[in-house]
Amino acid sequence: MRIVVCMKVVPRPEEVKVDPETKTLDRAGARSVINSSDMNALETALAFREAHGGTVTVLSMGPPQFEPYLRVALAVGADEAVLLSDRAFGGADTLATSYTLATGIRKIGDVDLVLCGEESSDGGTSQVPPSIAEWLDASQATYVERLVAAKNSTVRATRALEDGKETVELSVPAVISVIVGSNEPRFIDYDRWAFAQSAKVQVWDAAALGGDPQYLGLKGSPTTVAGLREVRKAGRRHETLSVTPEEAASRIKAEIDRVRSARG
Amino acid sequence: MASRDDGGLWVYAERRGASSFTPVSLEILGKARELSDRLSVELTVVTVGADGGAASELRRYGPDHVLELVHPLLDRHDGKAYAKAIGAEIQKARPSTLLLGATRNGQDLAGRLAVRLRTGLTAHITSLELDGNSHLVGWVPGFGGGIEAGITCPAKRPQMVTVRPGVFPSPPRGSPVGKVKAVTPDLSEEDLGSRRVSFEPKGASVDLTRADVLVVGGRGTGGDFGRLEELARRLGGEVGATRVATDAGWVDRDRMIGQTGVIARPKLALVLGVSGAVQFTVGIERAGTVVAVNRDPHAPIFDHADLGIVGDLGPIVDSLLRTLGAA
Repeated sequence: MRIVVCMKVVPRPEEVKVDPETKTLDRAGARSVINSSDMNALETALAFREAHGGTVTVLSMGPPQFEPYLRVALAVGADEAVLLSDRAFGGADTLATSYTLATGIRKIGDVDLVLCGEESSDGGTSQVPPSIAEWLDASQATYVERLVAAKNSTVRATRALEDGKETVELSVPAVISVIVGSNEPRFIDYDRWAFAQSAKVQVWDAAALGGDPQYLGLKGSPTTVAGLREVRKAGRRHETLSVTPEEAASRIKAEIDRVRSARG
Repeated sequence: MASRDDGGLWVYAERRGASSFTPVSLEILGKARELSDRLSVELTVVTVGADGGAASELRRYGPDHVLELVHPLLDRHDGKAYAKAIGAEIQKARPSTLLLGATRNGQDLAGRLAVRLRTGLTAHITSLELDGNSHLVGWVPGFGGGIEAGITCPAKRPQMVTVRPGVFPSPPRGSPVGKVKAVTPDLSEEDLGSRRVSFEPKGASVDLTRADVLVVGGRGTGGDFGRLEELARRLGGEVGATRVATDAGWVDRDRMIGQTGVIARPKLALVLGVSGAVQFTVGIERAGTVVAVNRDPHAPIFDHADLGIVGDLGPIVDSLLRTLGAA
């Protein structure tokens, strides 16, 4: 099967700063990392390829500086890499992002499986995988922890839901979102290092991608940030102590008793 | 596209079992009633299944209309078929707003439906307001620093929003009201993306939104949740965790507190070894009393605590267990 893994490069959350004056996010100083569950999606794809054959293409959207992250995916085991990169793609919400990725997947062509991480650590909406599925008129299974091939070019996916594990059979093409921590992503294979460094990462701009410009980037994003504000904090007492463990325990116990007596 | 989009406010109620719904479905129904009254528009709750009969329960939470989409192919959640069935009704009625609970299947549906309707979707809001133009503003916590962003969808309808469990309180169950309408969607086998092969129910599923006491651990526990469980057991409470702790596999994902987990409303939260990123603190903002223990005196968690203890977690938890044991 032909498999595409969608991969997002995200800033390390702990390194994003907020400008206290303007209340805007400063991501410039933050180092980047491949989104955690996307690595689980890549591992799922590589294991599927080993068991059932096929090819794995990693697909990302972002500035040219993201190229080294795609080379990491090649070194880990992907066969090909495509980066969708154009200023016209910038400012995209989930509608525009999913359209751009889906258009890239169409251009790659004859794709049977699209694997994504369940959600990104920065946006955290988890909406892109099912959105891609709708653009492609594909079937979908989200929050998947296990994926195997089944009869008659179908796949079998086990979804982790709130009330249990649901195993479903899907026709292809299918979009699968993979749950974080569902497998152990393999390390870089140093035998692949030379290949990963020399391989051609295909970079497609808006002209190369094609598609309908009205759905791209900021213009294709119906949602907008209307304002930023400080998170409302509940009126807390803010009593902070540095005391011995015994004193700490007795203060916490007093707090527990206070809450309990208010309850009763 | 000129449209009046006066079909009011819609809520998707996700069925769980034959005649019950996910708790968050009822929570957003309560909030939607309040918003509908303020906007003077009608409130419709839509639900989907292989059989009718679920409507009677929904009528107890104040809707003007209950719309049941009934078809044998809709016996279990399938994102593709559900989006087609609900999308067709939305294109007919043209509501201005659609609220969905951010359960796993709710999110599976929402992303698909937003594309089908070519509209904007705001995910995981932690509060919901109306601006001067009666547009919904969904507030979503951002990266660190205690900042949240207000997201609107000014030009497309319906404006879609998903809401985490526990953000809004459960509304009271009242007398049945509202008109019920059942519709059979136009669906065939090809509309179905997936078929269930098997389902393995989870033994006891935990609902942290209902817990009175929460003992919450983060990175600072180093993965040692055994004593936190003991503490929770002694206090008649439940264990919760940060994203770091659930991603590390220390604690089950159902127990994640915060923006992508549970918005909890306990009377008491003991927050142990948690630094206090905003994505986490939104999950304890509604707690009655917050006690935090952290080694770092500058940890942001202390800004969200009634009582903060600066110190090493291990000796403090040991000492607390002894104190509780002696009581």
